Amino acid sequence: MSTIVLVSVIVMGSLGLLLGLVIGFFAKIFKVETDSRVDLVAELLPGANCGGCGKAGCADFAKSVVSGENPPGKCPVSSAEQINAIAMALGIDAGGGFKKRAVVRCGGDIHQVARKINYNGVLDCASASLIAGGPKGCRYGCIGMGSCAAVCPFGAIELVNNLALVHPEICVGCGKCVSACPRGVIQLVPIESTVHVYCNSPEKGPEKRKNCKVSCLGCRKCEKTAPEKFKVEGFLAHVQYDAPVLPTEEDVEAVKCPTGALLTAARHKEIETNDPEFSVNE
Amino acid sequence: MKYIELAVGAILVYNFVLSRFLGICPFLGVSKRISTALGMSGAVITVMTLASAITSAISRYLLVLKFEGKVYDLRFLQVLLFILVIAALVQIIEISLQKLSPKLYQALGIYLPLITTNCAVLGAATINANVGRSVLDATLFGCFSGIGFALALVLFASLRERLDLAAPPRACAGIPLALVTAGILAMAFIGFSGLC
Repeated sequence: MSTIVLVSVIVMGSLGLLLGLVIGFFAKIFKVETDSRVDLVAELLPGANCGGCGKAGCADFAKSVVSGENPPGKCPVSSAEQINAIAMALGIDAGGGFKKRAVVRCGGDIHQVARKINYNGVLDCASASLIAGGPKGCRYGCIGMGSCAAVCPFGAIELVNNLALVHPEICVGCGKCVSACPRGVIQLVPIESTVHVYCNSPEKGPEKRKNCKVSCLGCRKCEKTAPEKFKVEGFLAHVQYDAPVLPTEEDVEAVKCPTGALLTAARHKEIETNDPEFSVNE
Repeated sequence: MKYIELAVGAILVYNFVLSRFLGICPFLGVSKRISTALGMSGAVITVMTLASAITSAISRYLLVLKFEGKVYDLRFLQVLLFILVIAALVQIIEISLQKLSPKLYQALGIYLPLITTNCAVLGAATINANVGRSVLDATLFGCFSGIGFALALVLFASLRERLDLAAPPRACAGIPLALVTAGILAMAFIGFSGLC
């Protein structure tokens, strides 16, 4: 009995030793030189592997930072201090301008948009949009059931007059609401941008007008005033967020949007929170 | 004739993934794109062939020891030994691959170390030992099983690549649809049963 134990220990032990030596031998001849800076940067990164930077994970991002492909500031999770620490360690520029904020591209609150049906179902945007496209007349705008507000981990979205409103000072730009919205109304925009087109409907101008008083008619007034800042695709104007100069309040005043779809974020908030009866036509 | 039977049996009739249901983890994990599926298939074929060769040699010559007229039956160590050998083998392949083909190493990523615990590899080794195949037969069986795994993986990956272009209901998109597809693919392979 004791011999079988001894034999099995000897067999397993010698096999383990042999395999260990072979692995050690292979590790020696196939040694790969790695950049120690990559490990340093990977250690300073949050290690959440969220993929928000567009890379496969924090280790992959660290590699791209060391190679100079991406500046450290492109990490959406790290705080400013953490990013500066990485930049200091490598002696490079931290880089910025990658922080994003969510914006609900719809101004169709309960007073502006026609009500198509009386919806008595579950208070959830996905459910509502499946039933005849939700209670509002517009098939592309905010449904106003607050599915985005429910998923926001920071409580940055408020429902005002059946319209979701992002508080930019609370929002961190994680993008959870973007995927929660069945209509794709919410967009992540650069944190510096203050002017947005509060309309998401690609329908023809007159069709939109029937349903919503503050829709973008695609009149191209903004594009004509500042062609490098606004672009009309189909019947919907877009702010050129990747343009070198972002539009400001002066641009909004210069354009004089006939329906009021083009607004600064501050003015939009003011309208929704203080003056629910506001409408440019009245 | 014997080898043709072995090949048809291992690749089609008793396909490791679709008939024996072994190695489902990489089957679902690495089947999003054909290119990575091909890389994974190559890794599995290599590991399975080498592991079958070494484990069958061990089970034939090391597990029943004859020493000074006495017989030591060590077959109770079978699983432990197989796992040890497979783990070491995967480690060696990983080290070599990192140096020889960094692109493939990166494409395989976490799935290469996962082959260590891939039940398809251990399954091939155990089936060989139970049937009592010779080293040559076992090596061929390992190779054919690997090819069978590769066939299932590449077929599944090409199906999933096309499904990416479809617009299924939101609740079905992704893994649920992949599992349904895998089930239908397995049913198709049932058609080969009785072939040998």
